[in-house]
Amino acid sequence: MSVLAGADLRLDAGPIDYALLVIYFAVVLGIGVMARRSVSSSLDFLLSGRSLPAWVTGLAFISANLGALELMGMTANGAQYGMATVHYYWIGAIPAMVFLGLVMMPFYYGSKVRSVPEFMRRRFGKPAHLVNAISFAVVQILIAGINLFALAVIIDALLGWPLPVSIVVAALVVLAYTTLGGLSAAIYNEVLQFFVIVAALAPITILGLIKVGGWQGLVDKVTDKEQLSAWPATELTGIDNPVWSVVGLVFGLGFVLSFGYWTTNFAEVQRAMSAKSMSAAKRTPIIGSYPKALIPAVIVIPGIIAAVIVPEMAQLKSGDTSSGVVYNNVLPLLMRDLLPNGILGVAITGLLASFMAGVAANVSSFNTVFTYDLWQDYIKKDRPDEYYLRVGRLATVGACVLAIGTAFIAAALGGSNIMDYIQALFSFFNAPLFATFILGMFWKRMTPTAGWVGLLAGTFTAIFIYAISEPSFGIKWLELPGQGASFLGAGLAFAVDIVLSVLVSLVTRPKPDSELGGLVYSLTPKEDRSHSTTGEDAGWYRSPALLGGGVLALTAVLYIVFG
Amino acid sequence: MRLFDLRLIIAFLFGLYGVVLVVVGLGFTSDDDLKKAEGVNINLWAGIAMVVLSAAFAAWATLRPQFADKDKQPLKEL
Repeated sequence: MSVLAGADLRLDAGPIDYALLVIYFAVVLGIGVMARRSVSSSLDFLLSGRSLPAWVTGLAFISANLGALELMGMTANGAQYGMATVHYYWIGAIPAMVFLGLVMMPFYYGSKVRSVPEFMRRRFGKPAHLVNAISFAVVQILIAGINLFALAVIIDALLGWPLPVSIVVAALVVLAYTTLGGLSAAIYNEVLQFFVIVAALAPITILGLIKVGGWQGLVDKVTDKEQLSAWPATELTGIDNPVWSVVGLVFGLGFVLSFGYWTTNFAEVQRAMSAKSMSAAKRTPIIGSYPKALIPAVIVIPGIIAAVIVPEMAQLKSGDTSSGVVYNNVLPLLMRDLLPNGILGVAITGLLASFMAGVAANVSSFNTVFTYDLWQDYIKKDRPDEYYLRVGRLATVGACVLAIGTAFIAAALGGSNIMDYIQALFSFFNAPLFATFILGMFWKRMTPTAGWVGLLAGTFTAIFIYAISEPSFGIKWLELPGQGASFLGAGLAFAVDIVLSVLVSLVTRPKPDSELGGLVYSLTPKEDRSHSTTGEDAGWYRSPALLGGGVLALTAVLYIVFG
Repeated sequence: MRLFDLRLIIAFLFGLYGVVLVVVGLGFTSDDDLKKAEGVNINLWAGIAMVVLSAAFAAWATLRPQFADKDKQPLKEL
């Protein structure tokens, strides 16, 4: 995330705005204190005791993804690339979320694993598990640090607090409620945060639309008319040929990148695993996909509006960078120009809430993987459950301290570019993970050796493509501006993983069928994959398949109307 | 594991926010504020919307209590 440059973004926050902010944080901490009373085992603390209703886990699922980089980055993309940004929401998320719910959740939830790496261990054994668990834990700490740093930069720009103060204060708030209430507190706060973010973004969008003269006014005033349609998105992909640009979008973003992210990222999947039944677990990502399909209305649209009505933004768009404003400033500038005190406080609260919930999602998934997948599996086995509950709490403290450390490293490195690289890199590490999972779930012949070989080879492919295409590394064998390089890197990583996994499987020994029940499609009886349709899972409107079909239809209609 | 009802927390927070914004919108809105927000009393309208949201969650929580089917005793937290 780019530093907010030299632009003056200071908001005119008054006592009423601070009061609203304080009320919110009091409620956040209150949730932590109240959730503590229901924590009596490590499963309660790390997985909410698998007791949450689907609407809660569904909204948390989407909220965990609505962090700092998402909110600032996507409004920025809206201003820079226009309507094409919707691809990140529609083709780049909805099909993958439906797939996770209908196809993969039965194995994740049905096998009663407590984390995504644990699934890896049971399916492929220890080498693949260790690779997955350690890389996940490290990545979560790094991303938590980036989120903290981004948060501190915003607080500094908006309210004028020094960076170190905001980093530490924000980390302490997250620490307080996640150590007390565990995943339940994190999830409850994510749901609350979802509504606060919408309450912050909706007024900005409505006032922006009024100012620009309604939808028609916006259409008239956007100078580059290509930015009003989502296809073929040549600017976004960096691929000049429109046909290949669409292919890149559909295969690169819509298939490999998005399926990799949504179906294997434990910070997301954990929300579904904490649901109270198989039906609720399947519905979690699907319920989350409805707000995901609709939320571009208050994220992408304000970005496009800002490029028209905010003078500095219009200037930047015409190529004049003298104001010091960068695209990431879209939201603060709109807040400055449109919101009076009162609702301004709600908007500031929404921004800060979103950033903290991002950190909390990183921390709460880290502590689960650390406790169950690293500590319990490799360091201290067979202790009583209270022991692991304590380890979980201590891991939370450790995660927050480490995240403060990585946040300061980010700050020392100047913040902007190096962190962008790390983000980009991680985004396509997920592609080989997805390849390994999907092959392993549907092909019982796939062997443990193939599991870790495919994963490592795929990951190195992604790193290689990244290294030769990133301009600032100076190798430049491959020139693809925009998102093209990460689409290609993810696509190749996926392909290499699949091909190698198949080849290695053919010459190594598979696990016996008896160890793969519940983990592989052909060895899992249909009733173990099905959900109940009685009691709180009854009713046609709770059918995961129907809900999934509904959101796909909704997305198609949105594409036809706005694409 | 039984948790308190999140719907009541949402109702509480947005009820409070809504009332504060309605009061600010009705009593403390200057011409400058109005001009900034394109002549719309955004605090008032956003406040009303939040009160409605709050009422909706409170109604949902009242009509469909969280533990009605399994446990006769509602939680005491809120």
